[in-house]
Order: sequence, then C-alpha cells, then structure tokens
Amino acid sequence: MLLLAIVLVPVVGGIAAYLDHAPSRRTAWLVGGAVLHLVLVAAAWRFAPAPTDPGWLAFDPLGGLVLTLVSVVFVAVACYTVGYLRREDPRGGRAFVSCLLAFLASASLVALTRHFGLLWVGMEATTLATAPLIYDPSDRRSLEAVWKYLLVCSVGIALALLGTFFLATAQVTVAAPHGGPLMLPDLVAHARGLHPAWLRAAFVFLLVGFGTKMGLAPMHTWLPDAHGEAPSPISALLSGALLNVAFLAVLRGFQVVHAAGQDSFARPLLIGFGLLSMLVAAAFLLGQENYKRMLAYSSIEHMGILAIGVGVSGVAAYGALLHMLGASLTKALLFLAAGNILIGFGTKRTREVSGLLRVLPATGALFVAGLFAISAAPPFALFPSEVALLTGAVRGGRIWIAVAMILLQATVFMAMGSAVLGMVLGAPPERLVRAREDRWLVLPPLGLLLLVLILGVAIPPGLRGVLALAAAAVGGGAP
Amino acid sequence: MDRLGDVVLLLVLMTNFAVLVTDRLSTCIRIMAAQGVLLAILPLASGAPFGFHLGVLTIGTIVIKAIVLPRILLWAIREAAVRRELQPSIGPIASVLLGIAAVGLAFGVATRLPHAAGPAAEGLVPVSLASLMMGFVVLTTRRKALSLVIGYLMLENGIYVFGLTLAGVIPLLVELGVLLDVFVGVFIMGLVVFQINRELETQDSRHLTELRD
Repeated sequence: MLLLAIVLVPVVGGIAAYLDHAPSRRTAWLVGGAVLHLVLVAAAWRFAPAPTDPGWLAFDPLGGLVLTLVSVVFVAVACYTVGYLRREDPRGGRAFVSCLLAFLASASLVALTRHFGLLWVGMEATTLATAPLIYDPSDRRSLEAVWKYLLVCSVGIALALLGTFFLATAQVTVAAPHGGPLMLPDLVAHARGLHPAWLRAAFVFLLVGFGTKMGLAPMHTWLPDAHGEAPSPISALLSGALLNVAFLAVLRGFQVVHAAGQDSFARPLLIGFGLLSMLVAAAFLLGQENYKRMLAYSSIEHMGILAIGVGVSGVAAYGALLHMLGASLTKALLFLAAGNILIGFGTKRTREVSGLLRVLPATGALFVAGLFAISAAPPFALFPSEVALLTGAVRGGRIWIAVAMILLQATVFMAMGSAVLGMVLGAPPERLVRAREDRWLVLPPLGLLLLVLILGVAIPPGLRGVLALAAAAVGGGAP
Repeated sequence: MDRLGDVVLLLVLMTNFAVLVTDRLSTCIRIMAAQGVLLAILPLASGAPFGFHLGVLTIGTIVIKAIVLPRILLWAIREAAVRRELQPSIGPIASVLLGIAAVGLAFGVATRLPHAAGPAAEGLVPVSLASLMMGFVVLTTRRKALSLVIGYLMLENGIYVFGLTLAGVIPLLVELGVLLDVFVGVFIMGLVVFQINRELETQDSRHLTELRD
C-alpha cells in the first residue's frame, strides 16, 4: 500500500492541481504533494514495506536511494517554483504543476519497480512528462530544444525497449526457463541460467537506450539544449533527479549482467562511455559562453564519472553512489542559483553577467559555494566520493583511469572557475542595483547546500550502511 | 507461423518500402496507418489463440496506431505550406537499396540467432530487425520534422513485432503502458511539428540549428 501510495500521491496531486482554477492554490498542491511524497519515502525507510502483489513494486536500498534523492530535489524545486511563478509565466500554462507532479510519479515508478517492462514504461513517461515543461510555443530556441529532447530520447528509449525484449528472450531461450519473466529478483537469482549471447545484446541496448536519457556521450546531444533552454527549476529537476533515474535504469541492467558473471563484458563498456562523456564535457566547457549550458555539460561530466565508478567497481562503486547524491544536490543548487541570475540579469551569456556578489549577494555566494562543491573541494560531499572513486581505480590496478579523471576534472574546474569568477566579481552593469532577494528563491538552494555540506563533513552511519548495501547490489564494496 | 501470418509480415515489409519511396508526407502517414492495422491483426493471422489479452491489444493498436495517431499527424501538416519531402539527402532508389540491404542483413542475423520461440518466431525476428533498420534509414536521411516522426514510428513498430515473439511473457498492463507511451509521445511530437510549421513556415528540421556549441 505504502509503495503504491508513493507512486499515486503525485498523480492525485497533479489531477487536483489541474482542476483547481486558482494559480496560487496550484502551487500549494505542488508543495503539498512534494512534502507528502518525501514523508511517505521516509516512512518506507522506517517500515521497510513488503513488495506489492505480484511483486512489481518493491523497496530496495539502490532504488530507495535514488527515490529519496528524487524526492528531496523535488521538494527544493517545488518550493523554488512558488517564488519563480510569481515572476515568470509557466510554460505549459495550467498544466505546468501537473506535469511536474506527473514527472515525480513516473520517476517513483522507475525507482520502485522490479519489472523491467514497467521500468521502461516509467522511463518513457518521465520524458513525456517533462517535455511540456521545456516547451514554449513562442520561442524558437525552446522549440528546437524540446524537439531534440523528444526525438533523441524517444529513439534512445525505444532501443532500451528492444533491450528489454532481448532480456526476456535471454530468459526463455534456454532449456529450463526460471522465474517470473522480466522480474529483477528472478533474473538476478537465476542469472547464470540466462542465454549469454542474448543477455549481452540486452545489456548493450539497455546501456545505449537508457544511457541516452542519462546523457552519456555520444548520445548526449539533446542534453545541453534541453537543460539550457528549460526554465531554471526544470533544469534543476532534469539534472538533479531525472539523470539519476536513468542511471538507476542502467544499473538495473548491470545488476543482472553482474549476477550472470558477465562483468568482463559490461565493465569496459561503462568505463568507455564514462571516459568519453568526461572528455566531451571538458572539451565543450572550454570557451562555453552560456552559463546554463556550462552547467549542463558539467552534468554530462558527472554522469560519466558515475558510469566509470560502477565500471571500475569495488570501492569506486560505493564512491559512485555517494557521488550521485552529492553531484545531484549540488547541480540542482547551481541551476536554481542560475535561475536567480537569469531573473536578475536577463541574460544567459556568461560575459554579460558581472558583479553578481553586489547585485544578488545571497545568490552569488550560493553560486560560488556550488562551484567549489561540484569541483570536489572539501568540505563538500563530492570530496569523500571522489577519494573513494580514485581509491577504487588505483586499488583495481587502473591508475590510468584515475589519472585521466584527475586531468579532465582539473580542466573542467579551470573552465568553470574562470567563468564563475568573471560573473561573481567586478562591477555590475550600471542599470542594475542591489535587489531584495525573494526568500522562496534563496532558501531552497541554501537547503541543498547544507545537505551537501552535511554529507561532506560526516556521512550518517545509517546512510553509510545503505550505500554499502546498494553498492553491493552492483558488485561494489564499502571502503 | 502459417501462411496467413507470413502474408501479413510480407505486407508489413512492403509498407516500409512504400514509405522509403514516398515523398508525399500525407501518403506516408496513410501508409503508416495501414501498417498499424497490419500489426494489430498480425497475432491473429499467425494463429495466436484469441482471448481477452489479445482482444484488448488488437483493438488498442487499431485505435491508436491506425486511427488516432494518423489523424494527429495529418492535422499537424495541414497548415504546412510544403507537403513534400524536399531534397532528402538521398533519392528514393538509394533508400530502397538501403532498405534491401537492411532486409538482407536482418534475415542474415536472425537465422543465426538462437531462439526458443521456434518456428513461430521464424518470420517475426527478421521482419522486426528489418523494420527497425529501415526506421533508422528514414531517421537519418529525411529532413522534415514529420518524416522523423514517421521514422520513429517505423522503429517502434519493428520493436513491437519483436515483442510478439514473447507472447505470454509480457503482461497486458506493460503492453498497454508501452502503447500509451508511444501514443502520448507521438501526440506531443505532433504538437511540436505543428508549432515548428507555424514558427518556421517550413518544417525543415535543418533550420533548427540555433542551439550549438
């Protein structure tokens, strides 16, 4: 019941918000739905609910981790949206809030389901729920962004459906098929009985398909456009929540391949896509002139790091999951701060923004703190995760991966650092005076920053255990 | 797979070729509607036992793929000034040659694949892979936004045919979910195509190149 409620509460909230005629009450539905969702997720951790009949929804550490992250980012974005909609007209008009909640429902379905078919249905639903949020009929650039987003992601996800069918074929093309079709626990338990050739083909298609949604290079082409052109709270949600949901879908496929003992096939693929993503991100970050696209390329970089971490395995898999938490919270914080900059300065061009600390002191401070957090500086959460990732690579005898990661991240830091410093320091444009910053627009990113700080200073023991369990599911271990 | 099923599969392949040689967008849409009907009757024609599951799926496929989606896409291009696929990057003969290569490759690969479903899947797997590849041919050689939607539908239909080899393995709820996702996806794409028509007055997706680095 509890698990079903986690998926259905946002659906009910979305319908109610659509039927409500008062715009102010619509945002109340949004925040209410978001908070209730977070409460239900917390209850799921507390009470460890049994799988629903016939086992389609279940709560496991890996899915629970992603679900909690999605829920936390969503609460922050929902609160921010209250302040945002006072200044900007929502895209999608009346359906704006409903689409946001529909996204939450579909992301929850992906995080909770144990059936690969439902996993696919939920993943495609996240694309469809978020497309109207990017779509602004009067703006050519947003039209282009939403078109690429829909087409590239839909084609990518179609390939993941083929991968899902291949997985089912791997299950039935053996002499003695075991377990429920496409059910994750059965697939993992009887993984060695799966047809190896079909399983390998299935993993390739799942990786390419869901990897498209995750923003792995070279399938990332839609991401900078969609994240750059979307309204800032939506960019925060896409970067901080949606990419991890896609990462989880890839991990679900990897769980089966790992249980089947096909690691030596799957790991190099993950490492290859991961390194290519980091390389592409670093290349496009140098000389990037749009600060929202800069953040989008940084998301591609971090998705690459996650793929590498799981590919390297051992401590690095643990590091990858911790990195997922830190990078997502930080990226959501940065996009929300970028939204304030866009409202204040009215431009996305890095060069036209200066004197941020004088015009919007709170936002400026958040933006700088976010830059250091995303660059894995202590005392933020990405520092311990980075240490775990590099330790894993070195212990696994793959020093060259560690060296490549350090070099690429140093490049990214220089590119982003010089851009951000140029925006923050200096004299503001003359027409701008210091404005009072809306609490709704400052407190949500501040809350995210505090979480990143807490995770960086001391990981709560409970979370440490959950991370270790989740990492064990994908063949990793705790440090 | 009895004869009737083979005939339907052959017709599916022929509709794919028909899209490859057609440059009139409205004709392409009507061909895809016909393909929707063929896909809906394919399980029945190949002798699957008729039951609740199959009945719901057949009706759902006909309603969505043969009636609703074609209507949305036809509405989306009605406003467009240009109704032909202008200067596709390759001509119809080259696309047909690519299509033939795709069919050859698909049959070559499919006969080497081990498959438990046995003779029932004999025709389904190669036709599925061929449709998939021909969908990619359309996606990569056409330039109009609407042609890309048609390419996506061909690809998706090819995957649907592969799904038929797994009769009884995929629950009805999941199959309906897939159908609903495709429906909503193409519905939104149709809206965007309509908007692109209005904004750019030509729906050449090459004009969508403002966003680049």
